[in-house]
Amino acid sequence: MRLTIGHLYPEYLNIYADRGNIAVLTQRARWRGIDVDVRAIGLGEATPIGEIDLFYVGGGQDKEQLAVAADLAARGPALAEAVASGTPLLAVCGGYQLLGRFYRDRAGAEQPGAGLFPLFTVAGERRMIGDVLLECELEPGERRTVAGFENHAGRTVLDADAVPFGRVLAGFGNDGESGFEGCRLGSAIGTYLHGPLLPRNPWLADWLLAQAAARRSGATVRLAELDDTIEADAHAIAAGRARARGGRL
Amino acid sequence: MRLAVEVALARAAGRLSRLSGRGGGTTLPGKLLAAVDPGAITALASRLPQGSVVISATNGKTTTAALAASILSQRATLARNAAGANLVSGVASTLATADRAELGLFEVDEAALPEVARRLSPRVVALGNLFRDQLDRYGELELVAERWRTMVGQLPDEAWLVVDADDPVVADLACGRERVVTYGVDDPAQARPSLQHAADSKYCLRCGAPYAYRAAYVGHLGDYVCPACGHERPELDVYARDVVLNGVDSVSFELVVAGAARHVGLRLPGLYNVYNALAAAAVARALDVGVDDVARGLERTAAAFGRAERIAVGDRTLLLLLIKNPAGANEVVRTLVDAGPRRAVLVALNDATADGRDVSWIWDVDFEPLTAAAEHLVVSGGRAAELALRFKYGGCDLGALEVVPDLERALDRALELVPPGGELVCLPTYTAMLALQRVVTGRGLAKPYWERVA
Repeated sequence: MRLTIGHLYPEYLNIYADRGNIAVLTQRARWRGIDVDVRAIGLGEATPIGEIDLFYVGGGQDKEQLAVAADLAARGPALAEAVASGTPLLAVCGGYQLLGRFYRDRAGAEQPGAGLFPLFTVAGERRMIGDVLLECELEPGERRTVAGFENHAGRTVLDADAVPFGRVLAGFGNDGESGFEGCRLGSAIGTYLHGPLLPRNPWLADWLLAQAAARRSGATVRLAELDDTIEADAHAIAAGRARARGGRL
Repeated sequence: MRLAVEVALARAAGRLSRLSGRGGGTTLPGKLLAAVDPGAITALASRLPQGSVVISATNGKTTTAALAASILSQRATLARNAAGANLVSGVASTLATADRAELGLFEVDEAALPEVARRLSPRVVALGNLFRDQLDRYGELELVAERWRTMVGQLPDEAWLVVDADDPVVADLACGRERVVTYGVDDPAQARPSLQHAADSKYCLRCGAPYAYRAAYVGHLGDYVCPACGHERPELDVYARDVVLNGVDSVSFELVVAGAARHVGLRLPGLYNVYNALAAAAVARALDVGVDDVARGLERTAAAFGRAERIAVGDRTLLLLLIKNPAGANEVVRTLVDAGPRRAVLVALNDATADGRDVSWIWDVDFEPLTAAAEHLVVSGGRAAELALRFKYGGCDLGALEVVPDLERALDRALELVPPGGELVCLPTYTAMLALQRVVTGRGLAKPYWERVA
């Protein structure tokens, strides 16, 4: 089997070591005998939803995010269609914000987002930085922890019926108040957590790959077990950091 | 009179700090002084007959200051801040203990620079590169650049501004100023085929189009030109050509200062140290030092604290090469790999505040060539497991990788892997470097950092 990862704006949105996430997805697939292509999707290029098995979009500095915001917003319908058909998507930091309905800056002006995630973000006064630990349940009955690092001044507000990515055990989360982090919409996940996210949380990488493989093959896919001892160590240490020094308002 | 009393008290505190073994007392006096009398710093600085020089950059501050000190100490007694004491408190401490100094020479943290410049009214402000660094500490590159821009706007006309012209954001800060010295590299043979992954500041400051590079040297530093609007690197007052790299041992080049050329053989390695030497030469130029004295001073300079510092450990040597952020680490890795294959390399990652609590930056470092060049990789530090993941997903054979979080044990294990007479290269982050220093000092192999000049 061959999977294609669509990496949106790798030249602009790459400030939080996003290539680490791509490396983890790629390697963990290859170790299971699945070939992976990573395709860059840049400004002005069409969204090839038929050919992409997994979308990834990272974060950038303000200037870089501004440069891609309109282009990403225009992809809203295409990405919604892809996600509705079961294509997994991972959006981190800026990508997560830009895929919401809008971003309201300090002056009160609203910049439209892609409208994929049922949420909006408001520019905040205080920067929320620190280690984070979440509890997630993407599959019923399968509770997992996610350890990461957040760094955002934006406060993201989920719609009343929106599903968060996880519950905050330590850290600020979406807005420092709700007790929740990120957003999940079917096979799409948006989160502020970097670190990067996937090396310490390999179960999540596998979840995304399984979604992609299932959609490509038309049947449920069970990925072979890998030796994740080092990953578990790294996770434990990061989780400890979050409990000890994760953000508190 | 009051100032003298304050200073005496502050110095006593510093001595106590050293006597009690709690560090070198290099910042405590300053913190006390600043707390007691904020105006003291300005008053003390104005007593320096030749004024002061401040040096700042993401990478290279300490080494640039050491190189500049070698040059300038030939003609003036210097007041210098110790390694690691580069915030306002460190500068203040230095001033408090600088009795007969004629010229102040301070390396200053990028975020602290605007405040230090305001209080010191320096004669020369040297701005090197701005790289993505410790994101959890500064937020973003642009914020630091903005604050530097405001600072430059408030500098008096008489102050000299030295800028790394190879960095578009930094070079732009000199726009419109008279007293400017620009420096950069002019050696296309040293250029890399394309911009490194970790390159920041890639887009034209005037029109936003991506820069084209006639030569990209280190990260986003190079000879840039915008294909859309023509904005390009300014003329270089001080530059290096004919660079010859000699692995992790040394580098030589031809230094050109206002048209006069001299061959310089540095006792430091790598293209990144050529930049540091150029910065020091440019500072000296602003102070009217002749090119012969500049060359001599550069050549005399030994490695600064933890930056290409060699320590003898039994019948092996330990070479410490500090890594702090992707751009700096890439240069260290490049220099190390160019020197040829070696038996073992130790990489140590801590995540204390001084190291940066956000360790994601290691994924933006091109570590892969190191995997090929080192037979054994020992990873250590508080976040050793993260390093292990970085190498694992970077294609490293797990059989060649050892995870030893405890630094002292890791050092001994890595030394075991090096044949007698061989050299162990260690790539530590800041506090890991301090810890390794303490280990070797504790074993009587090296002097404590506060007893060293640099």
